[in-house]
Amino acid sequence: MKLLILFRTAITALRVNILRSFLTMLGIIIGVSAVIIMVAMGAGAQQQVDNQIKSLGGNVFFVMGSFRSSGGARTAQVVRINEDDAGLIERQVPGVEAAAPYLSSNGQVIYGNLNWSTGINGIDNRSFQVRDWEIADGREFTQQEIQSGAKVAIIGERVHKELFGISNPIGQTMRVKNFNVTVVGVLAEKGQDARGEDQDDVIFLPIKTVRNKITGVDSTNPKSVRFIQVSAYDGEDMDYIEEQMRELLRQRMRVPANADDPFRIRNVSEMIATRAETMQVFNTLLAWVASVSLVVGGIGIMNIMLVSVTERTREIGLRMAVGATPIDILRQFLIESIVLCGAGGGIGVLIAYLFVFLGNNYGIGAGGVIDTQVVFLSLGFSALIGVFFGYYPALKASQLEPIDALRYE
Amino acid sequence: MPKPLIEVRDAKKVYQMGEEKVWALKGVSLSIEQGEFVAIMGSSGSGKSTMMNLLGCLDVASEGNISLDGVDVSQLNKSELAAIRNRRIGFVFQQFNLLPRTSALDNVCLPLLYSDVPENEWPQRAEKCLQQVGLGTRMDHHPSQLSGGQQQRVAIARALVNQPLMILADEPTGALDTQTGMDVMALFGELHAEGKTIILVTHEPEIAEFAHRTLTFRDGELVADERNASPRIAQRSSV
Repeated sequence: MKLLILFRTAITALRVNILRSFLTMLGIIIGVSAVIIMVAMGAGAQQQVDNQIKSLGGNVFFVMGSFRSSGGARTAQVVRINEDDAGLIERQVPGVEAAAPYLSSNGQVIYGNLNWSTGINGIDNRSFQVRDWEIADGREFTQQEIQSGAKVAIIGERVHKELFGISNPIGQTMRVKNFNVTVVGVLAEKGQDARGEDQDDVIFLPIKTVRNKITGVDSTNPKSVRFIQVSAYDGEDMDYIEEQMRELLRQRMRVPANADDPFRIRNVSEMIATRAETMQVFNTLLAWVASVSLVVGGIGIMNIMLVSVTERTREIGLRMAVGATPIDILRQFLIESIVLCGAGGGIGVLIAYLFVFLGNNYGIGAGGVIDTQVVFLSLGFSALIGVFFGYYPALKASQLEPIDALRYE
Repeated sequence: MPKPLIEVRDAKKVYQMGEEKVWALKGVSLSIEQGEFVAIMGSSGSGKSTMMNLLGCLDVASEGNISLDGVDVSQLNKSELAAIRNRRIGFVFQQFNLLPRTSALDNVCLPLLYSDVPENEWPQRAEKCLQQVGLGTRMDHHPSQLSGGQQQRVAIARALVNQPLMILADEPTGALDTQTGMDVMALFGELHAEGKTIILVTHEPEIAEFAHRTLTFRDGELVADERNASPRIAQRSSV
């Protein structure tokens, strides 16, 4: 039999009842678009998480001081970790790539008649290594600048834009709080972090500069820092490294065996990944609910096909009289059902693309990442629904007796 | 002596109506030669429609044999019967049975869809048949745009398109007024003159008068088989 003619016949038959065909398709349209959108939203969330983890610089820990507890009771005394802890972690814990001490503050930065309030971080060059952050323009700090606490700065892209516009900031002098610094480098753009904060809205100074000029020196712990960022080599066992760091710091701080850690270690990638997993479970659930609506749509198709077979009994009788075999009739109605579902699936895909496009570009609805595999899968699935739910009505049509069908009123 | 085109031997047909068995045909034997114009007469319930269904391979006999062009059709399955209907028999129905919203040309092509005729020959063949029935200028018209007589002529063109051995017409004038009925009968007369075998099922004696032979059925039996020495000849009115 001629497949093309069968398809043409099917389309003609469906066009006769265009409104009914469309309403029947609606179930499939909604089902397919919902499945694709749900999966796209899940994939979009996953991609966002992946990007966040990547922008943090891979496998990163935060290590910061906490309250010292004595005999189960916490005291108000905050333990400050310091630069030496960073050095120790980097040298003694296997698998650690770099440990970068941080002193952070914020304040106003002024250049010319422009001012901008931003994060001011004191670091040494290891910080760039930990966070996989490249210098786009200029250079890192020299060892001499770090040791002497020189008045030099490396600025983030946002600060660059806000204060310097398109002009080259390298070698320019800007004012940080109450002292002048010379810009020696500009960082590559990094985007938002896990909490949606702009990571490029920052300037970096040598850690000693920040300590001397902004935060002040803690006389009991002169090398204290706000936190240490630790990066591990790819593929290392993060839990093992965390345990090693904990042991090392407890020993160094002489913490009794029964006391709590006077510091906190956070595995950032893991935190984000856990949150992502929860989101993923939720999205999978929604996708399943959506595929249930696909099945419901399929039942609608079956219903209408049964009505259609009854309505067209005389046509079936005629076709049989002029030589259609039961197989021919079966095929005709099956193809009609497949065309119905296929068209519904196609429209569903278009709607899903439109929805995700609007979400991604105009913030209407939710954005996401459409997986072409999922598109083909749901198109194939809707055609399968056409076969599955169209088979029974088509079989019923093919089993009609020609004389009964011809005589049907 | 050549074998007859249709040979029916002791055909019986029984229908189960609830508990009761109803014999629609109680053992009918007849033969029809190639090129005959036969009318099957009878009131309703006489068995004429059952006979037509058997001759048209729309149904199979409960007992007895029917052979069509030397092929015994009593033993064939549904698909084989469909193939016989497609290639050997052209049907014309009382209610025309054209596909709505489908052009006359496509309606005529319908039997070709189920045949082995290559698709590129379809339009040519269908056009030829439509010209033969005088509708060469209305090939794109849908049934709703045609009069009853014209619709029936489209149906006749459809019956001709596969060049069947015989044309089986079931009350072809039943839904038409007298004049258009005459036009249709004139068309059958022309087809008969060209050598087609025509079997006409009717309950109207004046329609049967056009045939050259009349088979009369009553209560499931063939009660009369008469030759019509001077059949009526219908004149086609100018269209």
